[in-house]
Amino acid sequence: MERPGYYGRFGGAFIPEILSATLEQLQVAFSGAKKDPDFWSTYQRLMSTYSCRPTPLTYAENLSRHLGGPQIYLKREDLNHTGAHKLNNVIGQGLIVGRMGKSRVIAETGAGQHGVATATMAAKFGYSCTIYMGEVDVARQRPNVFWMEQLGARVVPVKDGARILKDAINEALRDWSANMDTTHYVLGTACGPHPFPEMVSYFQSIVGMEVRDQILQQAGRSPSRVYACVGGGSNALGIFNGFFDNSEVELVGVEAGGEGLQSDKHATRLASGRGSVGVAQGYKTYFLQDDDGQMLETHSVAAGLDYIGVSPILSAYHEEGRIRFEAATDAEVLEATRLVMKKEGIIPALESAHALAGAFREAGEMSRDDVIIVNLSGRGDKDIFTIADALGDAAWKSFIVTKAEEYRA
Amino acid sequence: MLEDYIRKRLREKDILLMAHIVVGYPSIEDSFELVRTIVEAGVDLIELQIPFSEPIADGPVILQANQAAIADSIRVDDCFKFAQKVTSAFDIPFLFMTYYNILFKRGEERFFAEAREAGIRGTIVPDLPPEEGESYMAAAAANNIDPIFILAPTSSPERINHLARFGRGFFYCVARKGVTGLDTDFSDEMTEFLNQCKRATQLPLALGFGVSSKEDVQFLRGKAEVAVVGSQALRILNAQGIQAVGDFFRGLK
Ligand SMILES: Cc1ncc(COP(=O)(O)O)c(C=O)c1O
Repeated sequence: MERPGYYGRFGGAFIPEILSATLEQLQVAFSGAKKDPDFWSTYQRLMSTYSCRPTPLTYAENLSRHLGGPQIYLKREDLNHTGAHKLNNVIGQGLIVGRMGKSRVIAETGAGQHGVATATMAAKFGYSCTIYMGEVDVARQRPNVFWMEQLGARVVPVKDGARILKDAINEALRDWSANMDTTHYVLGTACGPHPFPEMVSYFQSIVGMEVRDQILQQAGRSPSRVYACVGGGSNALGIFNGFFDNSEVELVGVEAGGEGLQSDKHATRLASGRGSVGVAQGYKTYFLQDDDGQMLETHSVAAGLDYIGVSPILSAYHEEGRIRFEAATDAEVLEATRLVMKKEGIIPALESAHALAGAFREAGEMSRDDVIIVNLSGRGDKDIFTIADALGDAAWKSFIVTKAEEYRA
Repeated sequence: MLEDYIRKRLREKDILLMAHIVVGYPSIEDSFELVRTIVEAGVDLIELQIPFSEPIADGPVILQANQAAIADSIRVDDCFKFAQKVTSAFDIPFLFMTYYNILFKRGEERFFAEAREAGIRGTIVPDLPPEEGESYMAAAAANNIDPIFILAPTSSPERINHLARFGRGFFYCVARKGVTGLDTDFSDEMTEFLNQCKRATQLPLALGFGVSSKEDVQFLRGKAEVAVVGSQALRILNAQGIQAVGDFFRGLK
């Protein structure tokens, strides 16, 4: 039998003793919630009245025709409140915080989506809130920092290490190890020590539960493939969860190929073969690391995918061969973003556009009878600066210059 | 083994000092000078931290030293060579302190075989609870190295009793919540925690996190066998240099 918290040889809880009792408490609270018959319905009610669950499944008719391959459906997690799947996890953990009687939440954030979702949840539930964010990410995701602060959170720029998502996680763990009596750490993805991978994918599984019925209703059949982008792995596990028991459905995770696998500037832990098994940030999985076990710098145009590790649950599925992993480069992602905007009137998050790029690349192999689903994990408004830069939009640049002059005056 | 060493040493003094250094910070040469200075100041044990890029149990001071050493291209191989050098030069026990990934990546058996070769007597791995440490403990035992486990004030009495079963050499008791390098309140609460640990184990107790003055060491006399000093010595190193660290340790007794 597998040990609790293990998925194949991955997972576990590699944490300082000081946090051991806190993780135990969390485990007990989470198990209690799962057994409580009212808990899931309370959660669902909240997600349908405070957010937009069930989120729609959209048939991308123009795109499907344009690409000439399969019928492409988009699961619209971008229509969640706060603009991404992140809220599914955060509201769930917010309810657990209430059951534990804690009054403060902390979180790491990369893209800022999880930070905004956590700040939103804290405002709604009346918790105080601190968000750790790498200095590099603060600089590239300023609009989300602005919103977190407006929502009442304190945003702490992390100046150590590579100053990105992994460093924000370390800093959140340090805060937690001092303040666990009052504080819950709302980890934003299906990584970290047990029970986080299990708990985060449990809440995200709402995506998969909805979509398996939606696709039967709308397309009259199960999909041949389902695509999701993979940062830590929470949106992927969420949607894949609806199809694990159907071996006819091929599951494809798309990682950040950055500037290409030949360069060192990517965050491809599984698809590239460059990752190796290690232990950091409380869990065992594939990491991008050197021979000594020091973590490498990663890169992606999408801050939310710019991470050294990956969910232990995904590493296990990778080794079993149940999920196939691919990578999409920054350039492919921008191209996919442009196409979806033009053809469907949908602005995807750059993270989500990795899943789109992965699907578009393979569309030619499939026929008109095939049905595929792409998890559109979030919306792209937050990426306006990055997308405008990448497209080199002149009017946008002159707007920013004018604005800056106004502020300087 | 470390327990015998500590007991023997305690016949001459009533509390021992364990110092902590980050190998390769500020440079590998300075690390050697630092060790020499600390040994001459009368310190009884030294932890050699092998730098790691994600040191989650360390606060700002030690974290930055880890990063600086890695940025300066200190490799794990260098740390083994360094260990070899100091264990041959100085006649006190040295321990490796690092995070589990460093051992995991090298292979636990290889890590411990090389550590024994280098004269290392114990290991402290703060992110490895005994639940995850079966192969770690086996490899340590096979090489006669003491895997030091950590007891924390947040652990229940049952948990402390459970952990006590895995002890070798001594226990490292963390003084309080949080990471290294923050202020610690040397209070009745700490006394109670140390008493709790005493009831659970016969092994010597080392107390670390926040020990920074003669008063702190005085407080620990009769309550713990070893006082561990990390961040404060590093702060002094950063501000005043190696000689000042020697003076600091002499002043603690
Ligand atoms: C919109 C969006 N999609 C995906 C991700 C990646 O996270 P995960 O792999 O946990 O879904 C993020 C992370 O910030 C995100 O904001």
